[in-house]
Amino acid sequence: MAQNFSETPHAMIEIIGVHKWFGDFHVLKGIDLTVQRQERIVICGPSGSGKSTLIRCINRLEAHQRGRICVDGIELTNDIKNIERVRAEVGMVFQHFNLFPHLSILDNLTLGPIWARKTPKKDAEEQALYFLEKVHIADQAAKFPGQLSGGQQQRVAIARSLCMNPKVMLFDEPTSALDPEMIKEVLDVMIELAREGMTMIVVTHEMGFARSVAHRVLFMDDGRIVEGNTPDAFFNNPQHERTRLFLSQILH
Amino acid sequence: MQTARSKIVKPPVTRVGVVGWVRANLFDGWLNAFLTVVTLLVLWKLVPPLVQWALIDSVWNTTGNACRETSGACWSVITANLRFILFGFFPPEAQWRPAAAMLILFALLFVSRERSHWRQWLAYAWVFGLIVMAALMRGGVPGLAPVDYDRWGGLPLTLLLSVFGLAGAYPLGVLLALGRQSKMPAVRLISVIYIELIRGVPLISLLFMGSIILPLFLPEGVTLNKILRAQVVIILFTAAYIAEVVRGGLQGMPQGQYEAAASMGLNYYQTMRLVILPQALKIVIPPTVSILISAFKDTSLVVIIALFDLLKTTQTMLHNPEWMGFSREAYLFVALLYFLGCFWMAQFSRRLERELSTEQG
Repeated sequence: MAQNFSETPHAMIEIIGVHKWFGDFHVLKGIDLTVQRQERIVICGPSGSGKSTLIRCINRLEAHQRGRICVDGIELTNDIKNIERVRAEVGMVFQHFNLFPHLSILDNLTLGPIWARKTPKKDAEEQALYFLEKVHIADQAAKFPGQLSGGQQQRVAIARSLCMNPKVMLFDEPTSALDPEMIKEVLDVMIELAREGMTMIVVTHEMGFARSVAHRVLFMDDGRIVEGNTPDAFFNNPQHERTRLFLSQILH
Repeated sequence: MQTARSKIVKPPVTRVGVVGWVRANLFDGWLNAFLTVVTLLVLWKLVPPLVQWALIDSVWNTTGNACRETSGACWSVITANLRFILFGFFPPEAQWRPAAAMLILFALLFVSRERSHWRQWLAYAWVFGLIVMAALMRGGVPGLAPVDYDRWGGLPLTLLLSVFGLAGAYPLGVLLALGRQSKMPAVRLISVIYIELIRGVPLISLLFMGSIILPLFLPEGVTLNKILRAQVVIILFTAAYIAEVVRGGLQGMPQGQYEAAASMGLNYYQTMRLVILPQALKIVIPPTVSILISAFKDTSLVVIIALFDLLKTTQTMLHNPEWMGFSREAYLFVALLYFLGCFWMAQFSRRLERELSTEQG
């Protein structure tokens, strides 16, 4: 896939020398990563390698303790104003969807725009229906999350993030809580999103998705980015023993 | 055709209909058969005499002396003293005023039962209703003679303490629960100390403190009337219990809900009001209503600071020599009133739970 990113003074996401500890446990051991606008990155690695923690640091669901993280030129510190600005630009899709069960699908989608963005209700609803259409689920707008299948719920969750018009989308294992027959419908929506040029960071073990969509695939192990390369090079010619071992385990 | 028909097997007679029900529910095994027989015997011994006493031999509109002649229930004690039981020392010529105030309250509660009515007009109706009720009870407006607080009593007092007690305690309890979970150490500490102190002290001693000790700390000339003091104590006391129940609901909320709200850019207050509390409060409806019901019944403890609530007016009436000795009937009547109040609350909570759960599929 052609790598032709728009030239701007700063990258979309810049992560420099980031460390994080949970108590005594050293989760991230010096992460450096730059993500350009419209770049799509897939992160894989064994569980406990810190990949979820890393993307959760990007919208400050977790705080890093050393190093710097800048999103669209805004540095993440304890400053709550900056955190809110970054969160408004970064959409996040979770493994367990995290829809609000007490609200209808439509209300799930309009909640953020109405309250965090002060969008008029009518505009927010129009926009919500537009994005529901995009994830092929507009007919379910009046239902509640509990009435939908896992795949449908995850597509709603993606639409909910899109309603905030994010500049970056983070996906934290979006398909690993789904039944096998529902994985494809979610990946299809993500592929469409990729075609439209969304900047994406996806933590996943769906290697087919990585091959067809990612510009770069990163392999994380033990709190470090062990290697990162184009999908072709990554899958056909892994440089590190640990990467080879991991790939041999998940590709069978 | 014939083979098809012969395949339709009807259930055995002993499984359906009256016989089936009786067998399944009353004589399902030896132990249940035995319990059924014993229960029937007890009912046969109890119910006819009770009906005889309460209905057949009872007297309804006589004097106390006439009552003593009969073997049945003397409901006359209620009918003859109804005014005093319900309204206490409120001036008899103005007793229509508390009666009207209560009717307004019941009407408002009845309308508020429907969640579809919870709109702005209902809030205005409550504000207006409360002003009218206050005018009716207190007087002092053109056409209504003033009535001193000391003369308030009976059912209006019980309802006043309960309705405002519950309405005040619930939001305060929710705030305390949020305070106890706060990231700010000072707020958390104050909430914890408050909750633990209040829960560690019986309501009676708080009422004593409120009525005897509190005035000592007030500046010279400032007085808080006794009803208001009791009201405040009931609110403060009930709120501590509600806080703990609500905290349970908050802790039951999955972390993912907070994270989803945060990642959408909602701030703390929006997250709580729009995402967390609607779910957490729904989970804790049953224990919350238990607390509200017991708070309603606990309002009868205000007798110890000499307020004449429903129970106290009944007791006072029974000191009248004419009606001495008919406490059984009088207390049954008061118990019935309390039961109706509690039952209404329980019904309302079940209905609310049902509505909220069907809504979410």
